[in-house]
Amino acid sequence: MMKMHLVQRRKWVSNPMANVLEAQNISVQFGGLLAVNNVTFNIPNKSIVSLIGPNGAGKTTFFNVLTGLYKPSAGKIVYGDREITDLPPHKIAEIGIARTFQNIRLFGLMTAQENLLVAMHSHLKAGITSTILRTPKQRKEEREAEAKAQEILDFAGVGKWTHEFARNLSYGDQRRLEVARALALNPKVLLLDEPTAGMNAQESQVFIDFINKLVSERDIAVMLIEHDMKVVMALSQRITVLDQGEKIAEGSPDEIKNNPRVIEAYLGKPKGARK
Amino acid sequence: MAKTSVSNNVTRSNRKWIIGYSIAGLILFITYQFLIPWEGLPLGIYDAVYQWMPPSAINESLVYVIMALGLNIVVGYAGLLDLGYVAFWAIGGYCAGWFMSEFFYFLNIHFLGSVPAEAPGIHINFWMVLLIGGFVCALFGILIGAPTLRLKSDYLALVTLGFGEIIPQVFFNGENFFGFNISNGTKGIVRVDPIPVGVKDLGPFDFGWKLLIFLLLTAVMVFISLRLRRGRLGRAWLAIREDELAASMMGVPLMRTKLASYAVGAFAGGLGGVAFATHVDGVYAERFNFTISIFLLAMVVLGGMGNVWGVILGAFILSWVNGNGLTAFGQFYNDRFGTEVDFASFTFLLFGLVLILMMLFKREGLLPESRLKLMLHEDELDDEDASGSKKKVGK
Repeated sequence: MMKMHLVQRRKWVSNPMANVLEAQNISVQFGGLLAVNNVTFNIPNKSIVSLIGPNGAGKTTFFNVLTGLYKPSAGKIVYGDREITDLPPHKIAEIGIARTFQNIRLFGLMTAQENLLVAMHSHLKAGITSTILRTPKQRKEEREAEAKAQEILDFAGVGKWTHEFARNLSYGDQRRLEVARALALNPKVLLLDEPTAGMNAQESQVFIDFINKLVSERDIAVMLIEHDMKVVMALSQRITVLDQGEKIAEGSPDEIKNNPRVIEAYLGKPKGARK
Repeated sequence: MAKTSVSNNVTRSNRKWIIGYSIAGLILFITYQFLIPWEGLPLGIYDAVYQWMPPSAINESLVYVIMALGLNIVVGYAGLLDLGYVAFWAIGGYCAGWFMSEFFYFLNIHFLGSVPAEAPGIHINFWMVLLIGGFVCALFGILIGAPTLRLKSDYLALVTLGFGEIIPQVFFNGENFFGFNISNGTKGIVRVDPIPVGVKDLGPFDFGWKLLIFLLLTAVMVFISLRLRRGRLGRAWLAIREDELAASMMGVPLMRTKLASYAVGAFAGGLGGVAFATHVDGVYAERFNFTISIFLLAMVVLGGMGNVWGVILGAFILSWVNGNGLTAFGQFYNDRFGTEVDFASFTFLLFGLVLILMMLFKREGLLPESRLKLMLHEDELDDEDASGSKKKVGK
């Protein structure tokens, strides 16, 4: 009884107002291995863009570069009007680039609320002394943060698990909680690494609706790494394909679907074909 | 639903401990200050108390409690293995030696001290020296931490081990530290100033009153630990303990947060060091050896990492066994059975045995933090129904 949802696809204007994040000519080298080779990738404001490619194409490495975990061996990353290539990960998170992980990395022995409050760390101000003395200012800050955390938990559909340990949540709820935690950073760019991995078709559909709602209600751009083509096609305004560290195609879902190089990368060359 | 209540307990603030702690502390204080010296007390009880739990032993235990609580912030909260914590104890101790004794005999600096103004040396008020010791240690914590905290677990442990060896050695050979005498070397600094408490000055034998002071310091550390754990910093520590990479990706600055745990932990080491100097009425370099670091770590692990009450219990039991319990038991046993077994020499055999047994049967410690308990016990559950029927999420 799967109902087909009509997914509204926002128009991706070929001349966007501005890019919130621009990664220019990024290369990442691990010893002799060129994991990412001269990839340029822009994320327009309030857009949903995807990065796909076969396993080992360098997608997650590219993510790790954007979030500051790896430093690119060449190229630069510009966020708004600021270059962030050399910022440490926590700074990049603080200024508004949040991510989730391919294999869920919640703080399992902390409650859902605490998970979100950790993400708010950089936006809260209380220091050692004000925490020990529990000053009125600190208490007010905590109260407001808790209220905001609850709001985000509700928004993400895990509002009833506020005081539950993250590890006790069901798989789908953990995925949602991870997105909620990323949202607690109040990001302008949300990077989702295979968010629907392990979800069934119905859960994926709920997730698609959630991301659409997110982008329409908030000032946020989403970048996806995803293997589930249904999700990718339903959500993305633009798709970029990586293969062996190189960008081999970029365009609208329809363009990508019919691109021979993409088909080749995924399915291999037709038998007998030689270059 | 049982689980929900567990997690609720973790996050809810609980101020009831102050009442319980005050009552227990007062009972302890009244017992030792008034009841035991009371002449009407039957001699049997008096002897038993002095055999099993003399006032000096209980005070010494409390000093260990203070320091174990500090180490708990580093090891239990932030999950950083520190094998050199004794360094902070030493620095705290020497702060007491420098600022409240006649060690710097060529100086004559007094500030609300408890000795006559003509006494040579630096004599600063005990309560201020406590703060000085705490902050000097916090500073050293940051100095030691800054280059080392970039390292990951095992390497960090090794480097802290190094610092834990270096700093006591510096004091041990401190009679000629680039031409200056900073520690009197092996002779140590003997006699520190009494503690002024307004009505009187507490010398080395005012055990009862000093017990009260040590109880107060312990309470301060408990208070700091509990408050910090529930706040912004405590959450960041726990997050680092859980998953360092995810924490940094969520905007937690790793270095600063870890340094903060080092600084707070070291602060407690400083308090403990100053307290210990007044307890033994001096500072002796040979006291600060590596075994103390391990001993403190064992207290934290045995008692229950991350839970202040567990740590207090662990510290109390271990320091009592080490200081007095085993000797008393040996005396008791030998008297009873006419043997001549030297029980005190089996201390470390016993510790080793206890640690092995604990790790085998009660890994989470005597009074574990509920989070850790959950983790360790769910691992067991996972092992049991590995068949795949793991559907016990409280939906």
